[in-house]
Amino acid sequence: MTSRDIAVVGWAHTPLVRHTEQSETRMLMDVITAAITPLGLTRADIDFTCLGSCDYITGQAFSFVSNLDAIGAWPPKRDSHVEMDGAWALYEAWLRLQEGDIEIAVVTGSGRSSTGDPSLIYPMEMDPYFLAPLGADPVTFAALQARALIDAGIASERAMAEVAVRSRGKGDVDTLLAGDYVREPLRRHDLPPITDGAAAMVLAVGDRARHLVEHPAYITGFDHRTECHNPSFRSLTDSPSTRIAAAAAGRGDGPIEVAELQAAFTHEELLLRSVLELGDDVVVNASGGALAANPIMASGLCRIGHAADHILGGGHRALAHSTSGPCLQQNLICILEGTPAEMTA
Amino acid sequence: MSARPVAIVGVGQTHHKSRRLDVSFGGLVREAVFRALDDAQMTMADIDAVVLGKAPDLFEGVMKPELYLSDALGAVGKPMFRVHTAGSVGGTTGIVAASHIQAGKHRRVLAVAFEKQSEGNAQFALGSGKGGSLGAGGAFAPFIRAYIHRSRAPEHIGWKVAVKDRLNALKNPYAHLKIADISIEKVKASPMMWEPIRFLESCPSSDGACAVVLTDEAGGNEAAAAGRPPAWILGTSSRSEPPSFPGRDPVRPAAAIQCSDDIYAQAGITDPRRQIDTAELYVPFSWHEAIWLEAHGLADEGDGWKLIDDGTTALDGSLPINPSGGVLSSNPIGASGLLRFAEAANQVRGAAGEHQVDGAKVAIAQAYGANSQYFSMWAVASSLQPFD
Repeated sequence: MTSRDIAVVGWAHTPLVRHTEQSETRMLMDVITAAITPLGLTRADIDFTCLGSCDYITGQAFSFVSNLDAIGAWPPKRDSHVEMDGAWALYEAWLRLQEGDIEIAVVTGSGRSSTGDPSLIYPMEMDPYFLAPLGADPVTFAALQARALIDAGIASERAMAEVAVRSRGKGDVDTLLAGDYVREPLRRHDLPPITDGAAAMVLAVGDRARHLVEHPAYITGFDHRTECHNPSFRSLTDSPSTRIAAAAAGRGDGPIEVAELQAAFTHEELLLRSVLELGDDVVVNASGGALAANPIMASGLCRIGHAADHILGGGHRALAHSTSGPCLQQNLICILEGTPAEMTA
Repeated sequence: MSARPVAIVGVGQTHHKSRRLDVSFGGLVREAVFRALDDAQMTMADIDAVVLGKAPDLFEGVMKPELYLSDALGAVGKPMFRVHTAGSVGGTTGIVAASHIQAGKHRRVLAVAFEKQSEGNAQFALGSGKGGSLGAGGAFAPFIRAYIHRSRAPEHIGWKVAVKDRLNALKNPYAHLKIADISIEKVKASPMMWEPIRFLESCPSSDGACAVVLTDEAGGNEAAAAGRPPAWILGTSSRSEPPSFPGRDPVRPAAAIQCSDDIYAQAGITDPRRQIDTAELYVPFSWHEAIWLEAHGLADEGDGWKLIDDGTTALDGSLPINPSGGVLSSNPIGASGLLRFAEAANQVRGAAGEHQVDGAKVAIAQAYGANSQYFSMWAVASSLQPFD
């Protein structure tokens, strides 16, 4: 087995809703079952699990511990947890499978944003000495970046509204542009919804993957990078971390058919398209992206899932992106292909 | 395992204290990181990726602090990965860092773990801010009582562990608690916290950080050739089990047993008691030493306490446990696991200073978390074939 012979063989997400009364554990119980059952797998077949979630979203320390009930960790499992989006849980599982001793991994991302107030929670992820005391919420930081992108000619309020209309499949640009600003230049349609939800994804190696599905979505490139934290110390009209991650993941090795970008704000899609050099021939966020449903801690994993669907359905090459931190501080790129790279060569 | 070999070539830690008011979060982690980089004769520019571990963000009130710490850790332009597996997280941080190299993704990885508990109220956060939190001692005391009941161990065993670890800490320049006049009488006279755990049988709450530089086989060989012996990883493992159901046994957790069985199989360890020279085990309350000796096959079931009673686990015994002073002496929770892993590495590198176990060639480290549910371990040695 080579590092290029690890594939996404299936995934599932819960209903992505404004609010659910289900606990995170309950959501994961259902979504893991939904991901493995169509493959004919049971929890006993899972060799490794890695869960992605965030205590501050849940509002409780050690919130992930009860989620062990959802993975069926008896007998005990090889298991890990990241305080990151499930996309990074997938990254850890992808590394782990390359050690060569196990075959099946399940990763999840989960969060219930509806139970908290984002404008109170998110300032706490900022530099505790210089930025957190300002109490600025994510919309405020996003507006600074949108303004910079408009000034640089990478975005315009109209282009941003067009992203919103296309992502949500409803509304018209002129009506949206007549609305009030939430934080100038952002209007309500430029903002993500608050969403509760979870996703689970199944990774398999080599022949095991090929036995499970007709078209495994091989992960042929996977990388993530971070940037300087303070948005005022970096260029907001560029995303060097996305560029480095994309290059390391081999974005340029062939044409991309489908891209799923975790752009929670409309202008972020415009910036990411420009940095990733995605032309009009690339289908971007056919799923509606994070603007249609934004289950925090699962939103990035959903992007990888939708990109994988393209390959599982017989497509050739797709790109998925996930992000974390203010103004796209940290970015992850996953390239999925219909054939493992050494077989194409 | 077809995974690539991994070598530990740098280890660093802070001076652990109740309150490190002299440093910011960034300053605290950099203190450990620079010591590890100096030890490895590297700079931040040599590092390909950073893995950061810490326990709940509610301890300090900073959400996902790795975002803010990207600059302080020299991670700009690099991968920055954040792990959180409860109390075992420091161990898992080392394991995930090793995984980056075993997978062939990167050559030099920095593992960092920290906790700055003075910034908040750990006891409050351990109970998720809800009323009636028993804290860790309250949660673990029933397991300890069950262990004593089953093993019929005499009550002085816990006191002996406390005295031993506190004496060891006097030889460790970084240890938080240094109690020069420690004695059985003093432990016995300290207040009862959670029956049968007394105050001096309990871990402190510390500010501190630990950093480890890991590299590939070529990097390990280079360090060795330059006269800086590396520690080679013989096996890593993590196991988790669910919070609560009638089938689990928190006195002898299946996850703990399987975790050590897994690293022994990878390392070729068939007789742990004979083949392992020293161990750093996560002992936040004295009696856990006996519990883990048994769970990890270093003693037969019911006999762990006897190795404590007869001095086997003392620094001058035949199986020294926690020569650094352990969690009982320094406990920045998120870093406590990586400190175990780092101290084990230093023992087989011959770099443990005054608390060096003579001739240590093979060591294991363990960390555990939550309600005795998360286990992470590694086995390290002075060479890749220590048993040849």
